Amino acid sequence: MNPLELVRAQPGPAFTVTLDGREIEALPGQSVAAALWTAGVTSWRSTRGAGRPRGVFCGIGVCFDCLVTVNDRPNQRACLVPVRPGDTIRTQEGTGHDD
Amino acid sequence: MSKPFTCDVVVVGAGMVGAACTLYAARAGLDVALVDRGPVAGGTTGAGEGNLLVSDKEPGPELDLALLSGRLWVDLAEATELASAIEYEAKGGVVVAATPEGLTALETFAAGQRAAGVAAVPVAADRLHDLEPQLAPGLAGAVHYPQDAQVMPALAAAHLVRASGARLLTGRTVTEVLRTADGSARGVRTDRGEIHAPAVVNAAGTWGSAVAALAGVSLPVLPRRGFVLVTEPLPRLVRHKVYAADYVADVASDSAALQTSPVVEGTAAGPILIGASRERVGFDRSFSLPALRELAAGATRLFPFLSGVRALRTYLGFRPYMPDHLPAIGPDPRVPGLFHACGHEGAGIGLATGTGHLLAQILTGRTPDLDLAPFRPDRFPQEAV
Amino acid sequence: MTDRPHLAVIGAGPAGLAASLAAAARGIRVTLIDAGAMAGGQFYRGPAPGLGARRPQALHHQWRTGDRLARGLAGHVTAGTIEHLTDHHVWCVERQSDGFAVHALLGPEQERPVTVGVDAVLLATGGYEKVLPFPGWTLPGVVTAGGAQAMLKGSLVVPGRTAVVAGTGPLLLPVATGLAAAGVDVAALVESADPKALLRGTGDAKAFLERARALAAQPGKVAEGAQYAAQLVRHRVKVMARHTVVEAHGEERLDAVTVAALDGDGRVRPGTERRIPCDTLAVGHGMLPHTDLAESLGCRVDGLDVHVDEEQRTDVPGVWAAGETTGIGGSALSLAEGHIAGRSVAARLTGAEPDPREWAAVAKSRTRMREFFAALDTVYVPPAHWTEQVTDDTVVCRCEEVTGGEIRRAVGELGAGDVRTVKLLTRAGMGWCQGRMCEPAVAGLAGCAQTSARRLLARPVPLGVLARAEEDLAGAEEDLAGAVEDPDEPGGPGASEDD
Repeated sequence: MNPLELVRAQPGPAFTVTLDGREIEALPGQSVAAALWTAGVTSWRSTRGAGRPRGVFCGIGVCFDCLVTVNDRPNQRACLVPVRPGDTIRTQEGTGHDD
Repeated sequence: MSKPFTCDVVVVGAGMVGAACTLYAARAGLDVALVDRGPVAGGTTGAGEGNLLVSDKEPGPELDLALLSGRLWVDLAEATELASAIEYEAKGGVVVAATPEGLTALETFAAGQRAAGVAAVPVAADRLHDLEPQLAPGLAGAVHYPQDAQVMPALAAAHLVRASGARLLTGRTVTEVLRTADGSARGVRTDRGEIHAPAVVNAAGTWGSAVAALAGVSLPVLPRRGFVLVTEPLPRLVRHKVYAADYVADVASDSAALQTSPVVEGTAAGPILIGASRERVGFDRSFSLPALRELAAGATRLFPFLSGVRALRTYLGFRPYMPDHLPAIGPDPRVPGLFHACGHEGAGIGLATGTGHLLAQILTGRTPDLDLAPFRPDRFPQEAV
Repeated sequence: MTDRPHLAVIGAGPAGLAASLAAAARGIRVTLIDAGAMAGGQFYRGPAPGLGARRPQALHHQWRTGDRLARGLAGHVTAGTIEHLTDHHVWCVERQSDGFAVHALLGPEQERPVTVGVDAVLLATGGYEKVLPFPGWTLPGVVTAGGAQAMLKGSLVVPGRTAVVAGTGPLLLPVATGLAAAGVDVAALVESADPKALLRGTGDAKAFLERARALAAQPGKVAEGAQYAAQLVRHRVKVMARHTVVEAHGEERLDAVTVAALDGDGRVRPGTERRIPCDTLAVGHGMLPHTDLAESLGCRVDGLDVHVDEEQRTDVPGVWAAGETTGIGGSALSLAEGHIAGRSVAARLTGAEPDPREWAAVAKSRTRMREFFAALDTVYVPPAHWTEQVTDDTVVCRCEEVTGGEIRRAVGELGAGDVRTVKLLTRAGMGWCQGRMCEPAVAGLAGCAQTSARRLLARPVPLGVLARAEEDLAGAEEDLAGAVEDPDEPGGPGASEDD
């Protein structure tokens, strides 16, 4: 059983986005975070102090742990932003404005 | 109620000024107790930015106090382990002028400051972006003030208190200034016991008039509300304390009325601070979007890149101002044993060291380094208390 | 019809939906403003339409109520009696001389501003999850219980293959059963609550829930509890009551947790520690209300809850509040509060004195639900000595990476005794989340009660948006069509316990 089977989902056609240049598949309606989870990725940011990895924590936009750069916009909450065909997703370090 | 205890000096108010008074009095050999109804830095200090500025002061007693204070901040930062603990940063200030007329007025103002001992270096328009690469284009020029500096105010207050070794009594409200038969101050009563001391220092900042009233004297300290905006963390994109000066030149007068935009500065921790707004609305803690809009507008005019940067939070505080915009420092001739160190308006963090140093000199019977006449607490018409 | 009184309802969860329907049915022009792409809030969150879920109710215990509310909303939207603004992230509600300006950012980028001018405001901003720190809680793979649920319900994804669900509170049950139903191996449900109130001894899921039923004077809640019990048994989820997670392990991501038993005083019982391999930990310790908008409006806040009267009015004229923002109490209470608030608004904005007898049954249900949650609150509490698990090198403030040791030094050496002073002296709570995540922990470490933090900006706002004046006032939208009386009010709280 997986969640899609559980609710008998018939998602629209999958599309491709990139994470740091690597192609991953995403489903329409998913958040960026969900697409990354599906691709087996659970962290996509390193903290600006200790450089530790972070990903989703609260899942509802409150904790800001899942910040990520989407289409050159840094500090987007991956759990809130819907993934769209062709998105360029980049892991981010520090403040997200460092490069 | 705890048992009364006795010390040499009781300082009322654990903000930046009270902390500095405590440190310098303790260093002068006095046994000091510091009392506050709230925590350390719970009032204006905790709502400030930590500006140690000479750049915004015209020649006169406040500038003299700022220069003395600046030297003492350097001493503190150099002679102890405090510098990093209090996030002291000698970053310097840059005051920019948008127009040629504004630049002429700014340079005239700076020339006066230089004569009074301020380092003020003119910066031509084509060198401005060497100092601050992100500044808006088209500015007329600037003056660089290397003596402007920065501390994190709450950390500074807490660490100065700790360095003093004095007794810190937080969460105690002073309810009365105790008086001897001849009317001299002899300590304070708090909601948790009495503290006996031959010297009482009113360092209650914006609430200084209420503490003065407990001793039966009037001291016109009034609140001026200020909001500060704080951005998301960023790399160091703003290097100095930067603000714009618009001088309303008045040919008939030898002084220029100064209006400034909010100070914009980067911090070691990452966020950029923008502040503070100025409103005289009493102790009104309501949120004011217009005040924030003005801050944001002033900051984005200076640094256009800030338009896309997010403000994460805002906080407000009450700056203690007196009618002539000078603090009250020194003994109160109306109540022997009562001393004041309050009313520093938006400059209390910067002026705290000089204030504490001068007060310690007075408390130990020495001649203060500066003439305290302009800061006399009784310089205003006496009002009924 | 533009002279009809205009209400902004902020938040489209149970409270906001019930309030919008109640007010709109009584002739109020309602603008429902919500951050989500679909109505429902966290509780009725459904899968995104693009995922084509044909049986979304498999992930919901109250699907029918949510569906009914959604259909009610759709009817009003079609009729023009409710305008539903999705993807609107409200950052401030401003009091003006003749009403209120609701300032929002358009999502998901949250860069473009929108302002809606209204006569009155109803705050239904909901709540968020409280999580207390422990070593390793910042590792990827550790998520909040509600976060795991939100990702599952909204995007149909799970964070890993093997999960431990831990903490305390009624939310852990649907999270554990939901993950299990979605194919995750739930290795344990670790609940710190007192076995005397919930369960005698540990281990058996059925007994666990039977005790929980005793608390539930609500027939709907009993049914709900029984469903969860059956599901826990079916999925062979091991229930460990009076246990707590003491550490999460892993280098770059979670690979195991250590759990331990608690003694009668709420301390970890030495020698009972055991390691459970897992790639996911879903953890939560209860809920906290979102009160930011109320606070910048100057509404009275008691403790952490927005204060309201019997009609759900705050102490600021023209501002009502309903649902979790007035105190955590679950969806049924939110529906009741929202309904009453909507009816009060409808009367007050048309100059009438509301007659509380008209909603007496709902008010009674509100009282019962508040009592029920007050009872739950006495049982579902974190271990009394949870701060002992926070080592000096445990990160407490996730954003600014402030450790337990730094906070203890601010308290012990610099005299900080409250959350604000700790924040000033350590930066705990100064980062992106503005202390929403770490405040309960900072309060616990400082030894003081958590109080409302007075966040004047409810969310980050671009300075360029702040700098702009009122140019974005949305006043040009066409007039809303006439009100439609809905005889079978979909938002009625009677509909809330029928699943």
